[in-house]
Amino acid sequence: MSVEAHEFIPLPRQDPPLAAARRRLSSPVATVIVIAITVLWTIPTVGLFVTSIRPVWQTKRSGWWGIVEDRTVTLDNYVQVLTGGEILPEGIAPYLFNTVAIVLPATVIPILLACMVAYAIAWVPFRGANIVFVGIVALQVLPIQMTLLPLLTMFSNGWSIGPVPIFPNLDNPETGRSLLMGTYVPLWLVHTTMALPLAVFLMHNAIARVPKEIIDAARIDGASHYVIFRRMILPLALPAIAAFAIFQFLWVWNDYIVALTFAGSSADVAPVTPYLAKLAGGYGVHEHLLTAGAFIAIVIPIAVFFLLQRHFARGLVVGAVDG
Amino acid sequence: MTAMKRRRGAALLAGGIAATMLLAACGGSSDEAASDSAGGDTAAEETTETTETTEDAGAGDAVAAGCEAYADMMGNEGSTVTLFTSILPPEQQLFEQAWADFESCTGIDIVYEGSDQFEAQLPTRIAGGNAPDIAFIPQPGLLAKLVESGGPVAAPASVSANVDSYWNPAWKAYGTVGDTFYAAPLGSNMKSFVWYSPKYFAEWGIEVPTTWDEMFAAADAIAAAGVKPFCGGIESGGATGWPATDWLEQIVLRTQGGEVYDKWVAGEVKFDSPEIKGAMDVLQGWMKNPDYANGGFGDVQTIATTAFQDAGGPILNGECAMLQQASFYANFWENFQPGTTIAEDGDVFAFYLPEVDAAVAPNPVVGGGEFVTAFADRPEVQAVQTYLSSPEFATSKAALGTWVSANSGVPLDTYANPIDRLSAEFLTNPDGTFRFDASDLMPAAVGAGAEWTEMTAWFAEDKPTDEVLKAIDAAWPAS
Repeated sequence: MSVEAHEFIPLPRQDPPLAAARRRLSSPVATVIVIAITVLWTIPTVGLFVTSIRPVWQTKRSGWWGIVEDRTVTLDNYVQVLTGGEILPEGIAPYLFNTVAIVLPATVIPILLACMVAYAIAWVPFRGANIVFVGIVALQVLPIQMTLLPLLTMFSNGWSIGPVPIFPNLDNPETGRSLLMGTYVPLWLVHTTMALPLAVFLMHNAIARVPKEIIDAARIDGASHYVIFRRMILPLALPAIAAFAIFQFLWVWNDYIVALTFAGSSADVAPVTPYLAKLAGGYGVHEHLLTAGAFIAIVIPIAVFFLLQRHFARGLVVGAVDG
Repeated sequence: MTAMKRRRGAALLAGGIAATMLLAACGGSSDEAASDSAGGDTAAEETTETTETTEDAGAGDAVAAGCEAYADMMGNEGSTVTLFTSILPPEQQLFEQAWADFESCTGIDIVYEGSDQFEAQLPTRIAGGNAPDIAFIPQPGLLAKLVESGGPVAAPASVSANVDSYWNPAWKAYGTVGDTFYAAPLGSNMKSFVWYSPKYFAEWGIEVPTTWDEMFAAADAIAAAGVKPFCGGIESGGATGWPATDWLEQIVLRTQGGEVYDKWVAGEVKFDSPEIKGAMDVLQGWMKNPDYANGGFGDVQTIATTAFQDAGGPILNGECAMLQQASFYANFWENFQPGTTIAEDGDVFAFYLPEVDAAVAPNPVVGGGEFVTAFADRPEVQAVQTYLSSPEFATSKAALGTWVSANSGVPLDTYANPIDRLSAEFLTNPDGTFRFDASDLMPAAVGAGAEWTEMTAWFAEDKPTDEVLKAIDAAWPAS
């Protein structure tokens, strides 16, 4: 019995498109254009940063470019956001913790599941693998906004089709409120579910390209599916995993609507995005703190991006050129 | 070598996965533990205190010292009531302080959650089966809509009795849908104020106006001295235009009276009617008058592009004399200049936007406020509702400052802040003509839609008054 990859994706060749693109992009004209675009692109972030270090009454008087005339700078806004001060006594820290506690599982779980699914579709021969694959990928068209209400209803009341329970009703008998509410669990589940179609698609592209000979050789040596998956597939798919991890990490980090719907905005479970939204206060009195809060919130994603930048670029090519 | 590296990479990855799972599990469980013990580090201490107090209270007949006021609300020890509101910190802390005694006496834990997306989130949560126990709803229009689709629970008799004895009857009507009374009023905003600088008024030799004509005589005198007397800003993100709707409401109530105002809210008097057009003409001669506005910013058009939070700035340096804004504007002055004092002899203060004709509307006041709406009828929820409608709560909250209740059971000297006291005086005046902010009562398509955008166009593009009024009428939902 031979194991065969279902070939959606042609096997890798040399990288001529990449090399050609690199040559074209390194001409002087292109360099100038790239620098110009980069500067233009960075201006809003610079403005954000400058505003965040200006005293509040200065920001009321002039835009961030006003710093040229009045060079007063202060770290007050940052101190207030970090320590909370009078405004939000708990400060940004518990929300940052919540964000991390939401983002890591919401990134790791879909990747793990997607790798297993992709491996099964690509290397475990079974009838209808193509249909399963196309079906999963097609689920990408489902907009997340459509699913919010049904999912919220499911988490709070349970869900069954006729007599068949699909999701249990986990109500606390005393208050009639679901035990899931006020925990991270709904967020992990929702982010995982919404990420899986794209994750399976990208992981399948990477895993199906593993040369068949390697897999065959491993099988001859008596390796089980688990060993092949764990010792060969996962390491070989690492660039794709890293690329998808960045996408998913940033998406969940910046997510606002899912967090707002399933976690609300209390410090118990809410991530940093609802915190930023309420930082300005009911009448926008503390709008000046927003810039500092936003800057603290983007530092970690930026660090992650730079750490995995190499994989990110390669991952883009995996998706774009081959897919 | 590469194989080694790869293996180490895989191990790192696996280790990372394990570590994050562990971290996540810890995060989840510690969090659950926290919310079990009443959601928060500080609350944990409170809870222990609470259990002690309730034990002290003994068999339940005797009430602990200092807790006599809550005797009717006992018997719910250890229960939790969730609260959802659009009121954000730092006001949140003041609420929590105000009911701390109630919590420790009754053993009911009130879990506060504020969101700037309240109006969008509340219907979602109700539809999703995750309604809060209590919500503070700032728009009677939203309350009516929610009642229609199901969710709100009628208020118990104890709440109704409190509202009957302490509030102007207009307030009870705003908390009633059909014939059922649902929601008691909580805090109130007094919107009929004009902010000014006592220092510059003295410099220009201007007395604080007490009649409509005096206000415009003062404006003319200031304009003659070369200063544009009024400033305004209606930019407010997605809600741009709302301050302009407030101006129009002030004039409609003052020149047309409460009856026309109510019919206008109900859609029986159109925007494109002689009454409302007359009010727009008054506004044209006031905020859209190039001799009067926009002090400190430029021509009349800048009203549309100035953020309402920034509009008052020029008053502090004498570039503008007056700003019509609500009592909550008191929160903003500190941002323009640290140490700004709000007092009759301070840097900035407010006078009551005078009445136009006592025969049409005596002491007219346009205001806003929140309504305590319950979505469950458990005894502890009703206890909280009753407490929030009592003068004891209102007094306890008012004493903490920057908050006004129209509850007449609050002694006026509770208000330490002069603006709050002035607001309360007008809001509880039994001879006053109180009306709720019209745009909060109208259907959202008008009051939170066309009226905002059309009034903005009226200022920004000088869109003709007739077209503006017709366009707002066209947005009124057919029913």
